[in-house]
Amino acid sequence: MSTSVANSVAILDVERLRQDFPALHQQVHGRPLAYLDNAASSQTPVQVIDAIRGFYERDRSNVHRGVHELSQRATQSYEQARIKVQRFLNAEALEEIIYVRGATEGINLVASSWGQANIKAGDEVLISALEHHSNIVPWQMLCQRTGAKLRVIPMNDAGDLRLDIYADMLSERVKLVAVNHVSNALGTVNPVKQMIAQAHAVGAIAMIDGAQAMPHMAVDVRDLDADFYVFSGHKVYGPTGIGVLYGKRALLEAMPPYQGGGDMIAYVTFEKTTYNELPYKFEAGTPNIADAIGLGAAIDYAQAVGMDAIAAYEASLLDYATEQVTALGGIRLVGTAQEKASVLSFIIGDVHAHDAGTILDREGIAVRAGHHCAQPVMDFYGVPATTRASFAFYNTREEVDALCRGLEKVKELFG
Amino acid sequence: MSELRDLYQELIIDHSKKPRNFRVIEDATCKADGFNPLCGDKLRLYLKVDDEGVIRDAAFKGAGCAISTASASIMTSMLKNQTLDQARNLFEMFHQLVTRPNSELNPEHSGIGLGKMAVFAGVNEFPARVKCATLAWHTMKNALDGAEVEAHTE
Repeated sequence: MSTSVANSVAILDVERLRQDFPALHQQVHGRPLAYLDNAASSQTPVQVIDAIRGFYERDRSNVHRGVHELSQRATQSYEQARIKVQRFLNAEALEEIIYVRGATEGINLVASSWGQANIKAGDEVLISALEHHSNIVPWQMLCQRTGAKLRVIPMNDAGDLRLDIYADMLSERVKLVAVNHVSNALGTVNPVKQMIAQAHAVGAIAMIDGAQAMPHMAVDVRDLDADFYVFSGHKVYGPTGIGVLYGKRALLEAMPPYQGGGDMIAYVTFEKTTYNELPYKFEAGTPNIADAIGLGAAIDYAQAVGMDAIAAYEASLLDYATEQVTALGGIRLVGTAQEKASVLSFIIGDVHAHDAGTILDREGIAVRAGHHCAQPVMDFYGVPATTRASFAFYNTREEVDALCRGLEKVKELFG
Repeated sequence: MSELRDLYQELIIDHSKKPRNFRVIEDATCKADGFNPLCGDKLRLYLKVDDEGVIRDAAFKGAGCAISTASASIMTSMLKNQTLDQARNLFEMFHQLVTRPNSELNPEHSGIGLGKMAVFAGVNEFPARVKCATLAWHTMKNALDGAEVEAHTE
């Protein structure tokens, strides 16, 4: 191992950080849990749980309404969390941070609101071969409604997007490019900054699905020049049911509301409604206050650990896992892109991923077995499913070793 | 490993690696598709039923995990020369076998009469895998009922 990798491992005191995650310290089927399903959902540190509990125990009330003390406290915590998100993403303005249920809702908001106002028959929407279903289906629905054409940027066998073909696909007909920053099924890190610049060059806007990127690397939406960027709280050590849509202010201002209701209005009569200003125009109804506050605490936590340290540590852990799993023999890695984050997807001989997943579970090892909500990726490789281990900064080499021992059991049972 | 061995018995491993009746029946009298959208297991079941209502041939094609493949393999072997009523009865027995705790099994259905399907008794300890074991059986029931819909066991 190189010196630089060894140094990066020392950056994090993983044993100490693990103490913050109560769920990691349990036995599953009599074995110590090795939680390697972070791409599906991460675990939550006690600091986030405390923030949510604090809201329920002290400040529980509605936001943006009451003149009373509790409502003011709740509003302040809820809006403080928005400032944390803004800084985490390096967004220019607070108004550009819209709370949503998760990345999926963020994409649907863009497809419904921006899409309905800006996409017409003959236009083209580009997505990639690496997308999660949540970044495929909303665009299919939009294209069906409008008569626009959905086109797919292909990938090579390693799981890298074919940027040469992408360049050829770009034309004035393309109005939107929607790609993920990091692939959930393969771990490919896409060169989104370059792809966004290319989209802008033909007058298209770019929406980036950052669900798998936010937990693993520092993201700067202004540096990327992303028009929209979405992520989910539960993958970035936060609670479930909360996520964020970032959008450039000018785009958001020009967009019609997504849902109608309370909070998104300035003035209502039965004849006409004046919509509230950003970001509230897109936050109809009582929002997910507790989990927004929890998300703010998760961002504080991740920033205290340090996103660059997380990225460096996880890169060395992924290298180690790739080496160790490959060394077992008889295992085919699915997705060997030049740049990857967090994800090791593979097939064990002719053993189906669900059988492997069940056997690993009995060894206390939590992995995802299946198509990872990315069936087109599975079709590309001609497999029904893969076994996927996905890492967070609190995972250890010992857990990778436990995975390898579990994989030996799989081979033994099906030998 | 013991619970895992209960699930992955030799017979199941054997049938998953060398599925029996893994072919198309060109002159099938009924066909049905089974699909588990969550895990992607897919199969097409073919039955050839004669005028007396006896299943003369049963076969399947598809792709799935060891449990679903072995289940389809063993089921098609068991269905041959069974009447439609007997086939429906086997469906009920199998369903009980994999979904109920062993202690609650109807004594008439425990062990005796189950034949090779008894190897699936370990499945009820693995709730996430019940749908794998039952996919072929639900598909068979749909084929007998002449249902147009795909069987799902999610």
